This record gives sequence, structure tokens and C-alpha cells, in this order.
Amino acid sequence: MKHFLTLLSHEIRMLLVSPATYVAATLFLGFMGLIFTQILEEYSARAQEISPAIVYFDLFWLPACVMVPLLTMKCLAEERRLGTIETLLTTPVTTTEVVLAKFGAAYSLYATLWGSTLGFFYLLRKFSGDARFLDPGPLTGGFLFIAVSGLFFVAIGVFASSVTSNQSVAGILGCVMLATLILGGNAISGSNWLDQGILQPARDIVEYGHVFGHRDDFTRGVIDIRHLLFYLTGTVLALIFSILSVEAKLLHS
Amino acid sequence: MPEPSPAIEVSRLVKTYGGVTAVSDISFHVARGEIIGFLGPNGAGKSTTMRILTGYLPATSGTVRICNFAVATQPDEIKRCIGYMPENNPLPEEMRVSEYMYFRGRLKEIPRRKLGPRIDEVLEICDLKRVRHKIIGQLSKGYRQRVGIAEAILAEPPVIIMDEPTIGLDPHQILIVRDLIASLRGRMTVIISSHILPEIEMTCDRVLIINQGRVVAQGTPAALRREIFGHSTYHLETTGNTGPALTAALAEVDPTLRVTSESEPETDGFRRVTITTAREDDLGEALLRALLCRNVRVRALGRSHPTLEDVFLAATKRSWDTVQKPAASQ
Repeated sequence: MKHFLTLLSHEIRMLLVSPATYVAATLFLGFMGLIFTQILEEYSARAQEISPAIVYFDLFWLPACVMVPLLTMKCLAEERRLGTIETLLTTPVTTTEVVLAKFGAAYSLYATLWGSTLGFFYLLRKFSGDARFLDPGPLTGGFLFIAVSGLFFVAIGVFASSVTSNQSVAGILGCVMLATLILGGNAISGSNWLDQGILQPARDIVEYGHVFGHRDDFTRGVIDIRHLLFYLTGTVLALIFSILSVEAKLLHS
Repeated sequence: MPEPSPAIEVSRLVKTYGGVTAVSDISFHVARGEIIGFLGPNGAGKSTTMRILTGYLPATSGTVRICNFAVATQPDEIKRCIGYMPENNPLPEEMRVSEYMYFRGRLKEIPRRKLGPRIDEVLEICDLKRVRHKIIGQLSKGYRQRVGIAEAILAEPPVIIMDEPTIGLDPHQILIVRDLIASLRGRMTVIISSHILPEIEMTCDRVLIINQGRVVAQGTPAALRREIFGHSTYHLETTGNTGPALTAALAEVDPTLRVTSESEPETDGFRRVTITTAREDDLGEALLRALLCRNVRVRALGRSHPTLEDVFLAATKRSWDTVQKPAASQ
């Protein structure tokens, strides 16, 4: 892994000079700013029982399904389309280093963009003069959820980019996979047909992978080690499949 | 003193994918410091062989050793021994030339304190100093090719592999690249593939021709001419009424000299006669003297030199015939 840092700094640099990054960042910050404004309007209109920080993370799935594919769709697909993966892999670097560097760069940007929205709460605290708006429990839990789930989401995006040389296809595939994981799990979890006794193991699996449920636990301050394991295992598996996918493409190129 | 081992040793190399044999039982070796040209029609297996040499593609069977390291089992050592410029020279469009060279230098494990001066040196060698701060995507084809070559020689590896390095270049740029490759002779082992055969002939010590995944000929261009054509050819322009005198003159100079074709006489009475011999040394002067002694009127006499293109066409045609004849007889 001696070239990991060289590759990581290169990938971050490439993300920073890519127009797609700024499109994704502008859309994300604009969208989250809009959500935050609406939350403020609701809270100023009438008293609410729950912290604004909890409501803020309700719509986490939308930027996850849109922004993650925008950040990751190019990473491996473009290298394969241009053929630069060939020159890269004929230097003393391994496929693992390349995939991890691309994952690390995309995740850094994802985490940085989410982290920058902490500024919304800081501004609210500053101008309202009320320390309660900066509710540390849900905020810490919410951002921890974003940080941990982001590992898995970005790894899925990298995997989608590893299976095709067309970055548009990679983007759509990543979006579909993330939507299936986040919204599909939520839809199945809410349905009744899994309530039959014979399907109980399937319901347990769906509940285990219920991303909205994880978010609720995190924002309530419940850090369940099983949730952490779910995301970390998912991340490792998605990255292993990405590495295998790149190497399989080489074998059949 | 024991003879140094070859820089590249390829033995019984086979590569198949999807039921298609791209490389079939290829064996060759390249000495240290030698420049070898890799020729073959499109789809002959040149690029596949080069990719296997770099460790990018695994071979189906056979062994490849570069600088005494086995490609299959020591890929990291191999990657430190080679500089590779792939076909179509893919480059990152958004990077500046100097940034790209720095990035590649770091990946190739050049120490930081040496990297700056080395980048300056290769940019100077490849005449890229004027464009070092330009974005690669905005460079012309010629500059992009030179960036690829500069990158390949950046870490001063013992083996350089270049797939079509002169493709798309203008004659001036081809000359620069040719001189650049020639300057590596003796210091680095170079394998280049190209469709510009005169370039290969001028630059390379040896030529390896492959067709349908097999080596159909290898050796120096002169040796290949001998092997493929097996004779020397002379073209004579003489008058039409000198048959017996011509035959006597040929027999006097060398018994193997014989007329292989004659054209119809032109309006001025001269005709073109093609003469072949098994002798390799130049018989032109002796032949001319013998003809003049017999009062044969001669307007022109010249020895024909088959070009590498002729050798290439003959070698690939021979391999097609070899493959197709047994297939037809079955």
C-alpha cells in the first residue's frame, strides 16, 4: 500500500478539477439549504416536539441516491474508457490501491460536503442566540450515521463504476442500487406480506438492513454495534467486488 | 566471462480468450540494449503480446522473463523494470504535462529529490519544455505522443515497450521520435511496434514479424531478406537482339545467374530483363563488364533491394499459405 497516498492525493486533485464535482456540490448544498430553510419556517410557525437536527436527516436518502453516483460514476468507468487504467496498472501499483484511492477520494468529498452543512446549525445558533438549536446529541448521531452509511453508499457507487466503461451507465446503476438498498428496504419493511411465520427470517434480514431504522437509532443517540457492522461489512464487500470486477475485466479484455 | 542473460525471454507463450487464440506458441528473446521492431498485420497479436510482457494481461501458458524476473510470479519487479506506452497512448485529459510527469514519477518510485531534475531532463529530451504547463487535453497529437514517450523513459527502466509510438505524427516529429529511440540503443532494451516499416528498418537492430499469433520471421532486416527471398535480383535494360550474348555473359560471370523475366521491346528497341542469382555479393560491375565485352547495348543496370515492406508482405503471405493449405487439404 505504499502508493496509496500518492494515488489518493491525485484522485482528490482530479475530483477538485472536475466540473461534475462542483455540479454535485452545488446541487447538494442548495438542496440541503432548502430543507433547512423549510425546517426553520415550520419551527418558527409552531412549537415542535422533536429537535430540528432529527428532522434535518429525514431526507438523507435523496442526496445519497443522487450525489454519490455523481461523485463515483467517473472514477473507474472513465479510466477504463480512456484506457488510462492500462498505464496505471503497468506501474508498481496494485488494483487494490487504485480502487481504495478512488473510494477514499470520493468518500472524503462526500463527508466534506455533509460536514459543511454543520455551518447551517452554527448560523442558526449564532443568529438565534439559543444554544438549544445546536442540539449535540441528534447532531452527533446524525452525522455519525452519515459518516458510517456514507462508507457503504460510496463503496456501492465505486462498484457500479467498476462494472462498466460508460460513466452514464455507472451513474444510473449506482443510483438504482442505492435506491434499492435505501428505499427498497424501507418499502419491504413497511409491507405486511413478510408477517407470515415462515417468512420471519426474511423479515429479520430486511429489518437488519433497514437504513431508515438505522438513521432513527443514530439520531436518537443509540449506537448499535450491529448497525456499524452492517455498514462496515457492506463497505468491505462492495470494495472487494469492485477490485474483482476490475481484475475480471482485465482478464477478459 | 559468462554471457549476460537476455533482457526479455519469451518461451512458448499462448494467450486465448473467448475461444480465440490471440497468441499461439510464440518464442523469442531480446538482448540487453537491443532495439527490436515488432511487426504484424492488424489483429496479429502484437498488442496482446506487449500487454503480457508488461504484466497487464496474464498469459494462458508459456513463460515470460524480463530482466530475469518471471512476469507471472514477480509482477511488482517487472513493473519496476519496464516503461510502457500503450496503443493510442491514453493520457488523463485534465492534467498538466508537468503534473502528470510528477504523478507518474512518484508511482514509479523515483525519489522526490531526483524527480524534479529527471522531469526537466525528459521534457528537454522530448522537446516538451514549451508545453510543460499546458493541459494534456489541449495538446496536439504529436505532443501527446511525446508525453507518452517521456513518461515511458521517465524512470530510466531497463526495458521500454512502445505500441505504435509514431502513429499520427508528421515526418518532422517522426524524425525526432526515431532519433530519440535510437539514442536509447545500448542503454535500454526497446520493443516497438509500428506500421511504418521504413521507420522500423532505420531504428531497429532486429525485426520480429508475427501473424495470426505466430512468429513468422525474425532476424535483422538483411537476414530476413536472405531468408525470405533467398536471391539477389538485377534489372537490366538492353536491346532486343542480344539473347545469345546476354546468356553467355551471364554464364561467364556466375553460373547461377539466370533471366527470370523479359518485357516486350519498347519503341526504341530496349526491353527490361530481370536477372536473379543465388550470390549475395554485388555482381553488378562484373556483369556490366561482361556485357560490354560482348558489345551488348546496356541503358541501365541496377540491383533491386527488397524493402522491409516486401519482406513483411512475403513473410505474412507465406504464413497465410502455411495455415490455409493444410486447412484446404482436410
